[in-house]
Amino acid sequence: MEFAELIKTPRVDGVVLRRPFLPTVEGTLCLTGHHLILSSRQDNTEELWLLHANIDAIEKRFVGSLGTIIVKCKDLRVIQLDIPGMEECLNIASSIEVLSTLDSVSLMYPLFYRPMFQVIEDGWKSFLPEDAFKDLESMTEEWRLSDVNKDYSVCSSYPPLVAVPKDVDDDTLRKAAAFRHGGRFPVLSYYHKKNGMVMMRSGQPLTGTNGRRCKEDEKLINATLRAGKRGYIIDTRTVSVAQQAKARGGGFESEANYPQWRRIHKAIERSSILQESLIKLVEACNDQSHSMDRWLSKLEASNWQTHVKEILTSACLAAQCIDREGASVLVHGTEGTDSTLQVTSLAQIILDPACRTIQGFQALVEREWLQAGHPFQQRCSQSAYSNSKPRCEAPVFLLFLDCVWQILRQFPCSFQFSQHFLVLLFEHTYASQFGTFMGNSASERSKLNLSQKTVSLWSWVNRPQEVERLSNPLYEANCLVIWPSVAPQSLLLWEGVFLRWKRSSRCLDEAYDEMVHIIQYNKELQNKVNNLRRQLAQLETEEAGEKED
Amino acid sequence: MMEHIRTPKVENVRLIDRTAPRKAMVGTLYLSATHTIFVENNPETRRETWVLHSMVASVERPPTTPSGSHLVVHTKNFQVVQLLIPQERDAMDVQASLARLSRPEKYSELYCLSINPNANKEEREESWSFLDLQADYRRMGVPNNLWVSTPANSEYRVCDTYPSELFVPKSATPPVIVGSSKFRSRGRLPVLTYFHQDTLAAICRCSQPLSGFSARSQEDEQMLEAIMKSNPGSDYIYVVDTRPKLNAMANRAAGKGYENEDHYANIKLQFIGIENIHVMRNSQQKISDVGELKTPSMGDFLWGLESSGWLKHIKAVLDAGVFIAKAVAEEGISVVVHCSDGWDRTAQACSVASVLLEPYYRTMKGLMLLIERDWVSFGHKFSHRYNHLEGDPKEVSPVIDQFLECVWQLSEQFPCAFEFNERFLVQLHRHVYSCQYGNFLGNSQKERRDMGLRERTHSLWPQLWKDRAQYANPLYRADHTQTQGMLRPNTTPYCFKMWKGMYNRMEKSSPPRQTPTDLLTAVREETQQLEEELTNHQEVAPGGTAQPGTKQEDCNPDKSGSN
Repeated sequence: MEFAELIKTPRVDGVVLRRPFLPTVEGTLCLTGHHLILSSRQDNTEELWLLHANIDAIEKRFVGSLGTIIVKCKDLRVIQLDIPGMEECLNIASSIEVLSTLDSVSLMYPLFYRPMFQVIEDGWKSFLPEDAFKDLESMTEEWRLSDVNKDYSVCSSYPPLVAVPKDVDDDTLRKAAAFRHGGRFPVLSYYHKKNGMVMMRSGQPLTGTNGRRCKEDEKLINATLRAGKRGYIIDTRTVSVAQQAKARGGGFESEANYPQWRRIHKAIERSSILQESLIKLVEACNDQSHSMDRWLSKLEASNWQTHVKEILTSACLAAQCIDREGASVLVHGTEGTDSTLQVTSLAQIILDPACRTIQGFQALVEREWLQAGHPFQQRCSQSAYSNSKPRCEAPVFLLFLDCVWQILRQFPCSFQFSQHFLVLLFEHTYASQFGTFMGNSASERSKLNLSQKTVSLWSWVNRPQEVERLSNPLYEANCLVIWPSVAPQSLLLWEGVFLRWKRSSRCLDEAYDEMVHIIQYNKELQNKVNNLRRQLAQLETEEAGEKED
Repeated sequence: MMEHIRTPKVENVRLIDRTAPRKAMVGTLYLSATHTIFVENNPETRRETWVLHSMVASVERPPTTPSGSHLVVHTKNFQVVQLLIPQERDAMDVQASLARLSRPEKYSELYCLSINPNANKEEREESWSFLDLQADYRRMGVPNNLWVSTPANSEYRVCDTYPSELFVPKSATPPVIVGSSKFRSRGRLPVLTYFHQDTLAAICRCSQPLSGFSARSQEDEQMLEAIMKSNPGSDYIYVVDTRPKLNAMANRAAGKGYENEDHYANIKLQFIGIENIHVMRNSQQKISDVGELKTPSMGDFLWGLESSGWLKHIKAVLDAGVFIAKAVAEEGISVVVHCSDGWDRTAQACSVASVLLEPYYRTMKGLMLLIERDWVSFGHKFSHRYNHLEGDPKEVSPVIDQFLECVWQLSEQFPCAFEFNERFLVQLHRHVYSCQYGNFLGNSQKERRDMGLRERTHSLWPQLWKDRAQYANPLYRADHTQTQGMLRPNTTPYCFKMWKGMYNRMEKSSPPRQTPTDLLTAVREETQQLEEELTNHQEVAPGGTAQPGTKQEDCNPDKSGSN
């Protein structure tokens, strides 16, 4: 299929673009296979350069022969295009509709994108499981890297290499995999250096209604406990949801078969509910005519902040079990690809200072989300505006980012990155020129050969100028465990995403610049003073030397 | 006050950490004439907790438990101190003593009047000359050829709740002033509170007219006409009635009400809809309850926030200020502001407008002056509203709390615009209630004069000024764009947040919460030291010889090397 067939009108003059916070411009609108471009042809700049993949929904309106297209983007921005000529407008609208909903992976933009920057370090090779394991090996000898899943046959959503207890052989892993949802047998997620406790994750056990058990599964997870120690299983579902799962062949670990483990149920909602919540929240934020009462009641009714609180609470619990109780933890929900990953990754943010650096956070996203098989493509194909019926869409990763932002806001000096990094990740999970978030698992990405055919987002992010842009000027490295408050009073609406296109951030940006300026000026002075001190010390030694002579 | 202390000392008392009830400090509780003091037994830390009696809002004693009696002390600035006292009798004594000590019946029982006024006579006298209200009028360019000072209220002849010195339109004759005063509730006639030099528009304040259903006063009509004439080039004024229209109409039955647009030529009447003091009192009770919820769900919290109505009221006050500021700065139209008596909602609306209009009022000294003018001098009833003495609970209302919160909400939207930080506002709030200084005692300038407060107490302002380093906003720069001109805040509901620093101070965190303000303040202090050191170094030319005019001792290497 050629893109040209889908573009009936590739170019219209005299189009007026209206967008948040920026002046209205008139220019020429061009449609290409992947972009919607508007240029006023002044200063050779494009005022609009929008990926079709970023378009979530459009609306058409006509007044006489003037057509208007409202473009609602996945990053929650809404722009308006006034197009002279009804036919042109209809053509543009129908092309956008088709181009923004192309399902075929082979037509996706990252496969066509050629970087305009020099790749210093190939992001596809920056965070290999082998390298991560080397760090682990330096701390403990109790774990090994298994290639039981090298051809993705044991678990289609796992990477080829996973860390498992040294004493457990591949055969046991295969049998345990058959007992876990999606073949997701318990694997290592995090090793807590301070006390040697670990966090593991998996899919739910397939106990079914008649209470099946699996000796190999029991053996596998018991192998992670120290002698005489008990562990915690954190099931991200409520007891009743977990009970209901039995009827569909799923279930949870019974006390009888797992006597060394204590099970705790939390209440993180399933993904379909999260999507609905996002839609309601965005709708509430976009209606500026609300009274205070109505705004607060719609905010409450969206339940978004409740999800944030629930996820953070579960992550704090996991972190507490490890750091304070000195116990190992297994986390799972149903599939083990959504709420499970929210909990394991946030617990690491709390426990491990390395995850709060720019590189470390990328490694965490790579390890706990991409390699761990979070189905990004399914979850992020629609955002809050789409009129299509949701299939598997859910803002699971966005909620994770929101939770990170909450912790960042509470500990503004403990993160090497600023919220810009989190916003950037949000944008790129929904629409991107990079291949990083394409596909639903390591296996899919490998079949598409993305590491050869596309550029990694990390290649872009890890260039010095981008690292500088994403850096937090307040950062001061510390090696502390940070315990966020999960009290509702402490959790705020993430303005940087949800009100980004609604209220101007100019004054807050100015404050940020001021902060950067204060810190940079301080550093400059420090350098100057240090230089002078050195010179002075040198002069003194010379002087002393002369006297001795 | 000593006679009210039934038990001066109780041992083996536990101070309970409300965020972690199992953690408690054991120590001794002392009751002094002015404070409740808890001293921890632990010889290494000996931590002390002091609560000023005048800050105590209530002392509850839940049913006695086997381990003793609990006392829950709520303070007027929303802190909670929970004590566990082994003997029920001691607990009852402490409760009864505190109930009395925290409810003084006479001004003379208050802290600021209990000290010897002549101990630091010079300091005391100086403290009262720290702020000069007349100088602030002069800074605004008043008096001038449009606005003049009138002696009409000397010895508080026309209005005993107004300051003695008033500014009125030049064309307002003495009969107009007196007549207008007679037609206004409690004689509070329209007078100048803020003059905008760029547009020559003014903000005037007053109380409601005694119009009833049909009454009118020629002098009052002439007064408003004179206000319009004092703004050359304008052909109307706004009359902002800050009450909901329904309340204003209801007042007509009592012979009060609002201006009839048929009688007053060239006015545009605007109702704003700020609720009355009773609604605000209940609303604040509810929001402070929300702040104290122990483990609320997100739903409980958001529902509580909504049903308290508090943010809605804050928005109404801010909206009133925005309306006035825009009229003055953008349209160049003068505004007359009133509510019922003109000392609560009017004070809020006028002072918020001043903060929006005038960068000076966003500095520490400027905010002090603004409070001194719009609140203290114009007869905001501090002692009634903030319950300084045992009195009518229906008179109590968090009026200035709402003004301070509006300033806080603004500082969240404009982080570089204010010279002071949140702590400054919290401290101001505290002192409105504390009665440690004489500034806010009484209900009018006349009352304060009659009590001789300047001769008997100290003023708060120089004390705050002395501690200004801890109240400074590190992001403030006098030449920053946010410190220039008028602030135009966004008042969409999602721009308002619960003021955690006021209503939810209990929360603890591990490690202690980092605040950018503290960090940046530290960085700026260090920067200043570096700058000084740099100047010292640079006075030495390369090679170690001093430049002409500098002394050799100034570059003592020990000094610079020791940092």
